[in-house]
Amino acid sequence: MIRLTDQPFDPGALLSDFCRGRAEVGAVATFTGLARAEAGATTTLELEAYPGFTDAAIGRIAEAARARFELADFAILHRVGKIAPGEPIVFVATAARHRRAAFEACDYLMDYLKSRAPFWKKEHGPDGARWVEPRDQDHADIRRWDANS
Amino acid sequence: MARVLLFGRLADVAGWRERQVEAGSVAALRTLLAQDDAALGEALAGPGVQVALDQEILRGDAPLAGTAEVAFLPPMSGG
Repeated sequence: MIRLTDQPFDPGALLSDFCRGRAEVGAVATFTGLARAEAGATTTLELEAYPGFTDAAIGRIAEAARARFELADFAILHRVGKIAPGEPIVFVATAARHRRAAFEACDYLMDYLKSRAPFWKKEHGPDGARWVEPRDQDHADIRRWDANS
Repeated sequence: MARVLLFGRLADVAGWRERQVEAGSVAALRTLLAQDDAALGEALAGPGVQVALDQEILRGDAPLAGTAEVAFLPPMSGG
């Protein structure tokens, strides 16, 4: 499942749905990203996507993860539009036969979503608005997967 | 005519996100946009800005005959 939504979501409900009816999977790992207030500097996050293009790019990332980690299934939900501090921005769940693959696939998906998925993030605060671009750390994070392959 | 889409900070620089533009190639389109708005021309040539033709990433230049949509994509930042 890959979905973009402009509505708040409940990660617990998504996890319950994702786990239902899986007698052979063995391991489910999840990651939930929350919008940070940055000590009051960010009052609203705004995420822009390119409809169609963004979904397709996430689909390619997810299929690469499915093949690499032999996933039984995955779920990716990403917010777009305006997001308040503390609200979930992204939810990733992975299902595999064993825990290592589920953990690693979740980590891999988040690294790729951070710096390769077509989203543009703007932070609004009392001092105005600024566009966020990938940090050096995000680029270093994604390179780990090349070194390990 | 192609539909030109600007994303992220590029739309803020230009003050628009979508416009119909007649140009023979991506390079010609960049020249036209830069003539109309020097700040946008500079932003489009900036590091990490990618171009997609009908939702496929383009490397280098290409003619725009038969292309419906040209998108300029600044560096991406999700999650």
